[in-house]
Amino acid sequence: MKRDDFLKHVAWTGTGIAWSLSGTGLFSAGALAADGGISFVQISDSHIGFSHPENPDVIGTLQQTIGAINAMPVQPSFVVHTGDVTHLAKPAQFDTAKQLLGTLKAPLIVLPGEHDVIGTSDAFFAAFRRSDAPQGWFSWDQGGVHFLSLVNVFNFEIDGKLGTEQLDFVEKDLAAQKKSTPIVVFAHVPLYALFPPWGWTTEDGSRVLAALRRFNAVTVLNGHIHQIVQHTDGNIRFATAASTAYPQPAPGTADKPGPLKVPSSKLLSVLGYRSVEIARNAATIADHALQA
Amino acid sequence: MSRLFTGLQAALLAVTLTTGANAAVPPLLPAVATVHIKDFKYNLPALAVHMGDRVTFVNDDDEAHTVTATDKSFDSEGLDTAGTWQHVFTKPGTYHYFCELHPYMKATIVVLPAAAK
Repeated sequence: MKRDDFLKHVAWTGTGIAWSLSGTGLFSAGALAADGGISFVQISDSHIGFSHPENPDVIGTLQQTIGAINAMPVQPSFVVHTGDVTHLAKPAQFDTAKQLLGTLKAPLIVLPGEHDVIGTSDAFFAAFRRSDAPQGWFSWDQGGVHFLSLVNVFNFEIDGKLGTEQLDFVEKDLAAQKKSTPIVVFAHVPLYALFPPWGWTTEDGSRVLAALRRFNAVTVLNGHIHQIVQHTDGNIRFATAASTAYPQPAPGTADKPGPLKVPSSKLLSVLGYRSVEIARNAATIADHALQA
Repeated sequence: MSRLFTGLQAALLAVTLTTGANAAVPPLLPAVATVHIKDFKYNLPALAVHMGDRVTFVNDDDEAHTVTATDKSFDSEGLDTAGTWQHVFTKPGTYHYFCELHPYMKATIVVLPAAAK
């Protein structure tokens, strides 16, 4: 399959563009159905500690993101941060990030990116360890949806690796779920081969994807690449999120990945957050830029 | 932190790691070689030094990088843009290192027995 066939870039609008993740492929948008379901928000790649021309004020753009989420008329059930909370995994950067994220009205879930575990994961765990996730990965049921929060940045020499222990956990966990239960998976690095030359892949992600194939509706949400890319593979819908800090080049459009300088007046239009609503088997995603 | 560092080097490293990109770059100690990290590459992919030699690493990229030995014998931890790190090689051998943030970035340093004085 040609890459163009399955990589689609989704444009921003000020109020967000919504596309359906329902099994039928029909466009659906609007408020959460009254008969149940769940809504949550995803933010990603805040890189607290980064201070370069691509965004000299990553604290300010995270605060702006949090302000927009807190202003949502219906608060989400939770906000998940899909990693790279900090730029260099320094305890002081985690302190700042924790303080900022602590101003969210909704409950917070944080998973690490590779920038959060440079050399050691101690500082990440000191800031964000959950008692129900001693190793970092965990699953839970909420609003009729089964959620999995995974960690694919703990390998010393390979970014984008889950490891046997976590894969065993995922397979066992999913084996206990009903085929009709909507599944939502979070991880920092994309779980499929989005662009391997830049490390935008999870080496052993295929075992997770294999375990997800039998379900009616699966949504996989990642960060890491600082831009929105959606991809469909059978019953599995993938969507990477924008950063709250700075964009990166589209896959293969530059010699290398890394912070991308856009005109200052345009920066807020490529940063933002994502709201997700899941009702029955239909997931609706809306990406919201900080500025139109 | 590596036991190989002297107090002065440790202090230098601490300054390096805690200052921002815009702060004055601390003075570097004399080194036999400087490896620049540019465009997601170590510009000296293979380097030979002698035991006791000090090597300087400089991150010239917009993105953060690390200088991390595969045998974990040394690790710069995160080097921000313009960040510098120095290491003294005290044991002969072949050291493969990589960037923990971008593991496809790899290079090697061969440490030869001490040079004749």
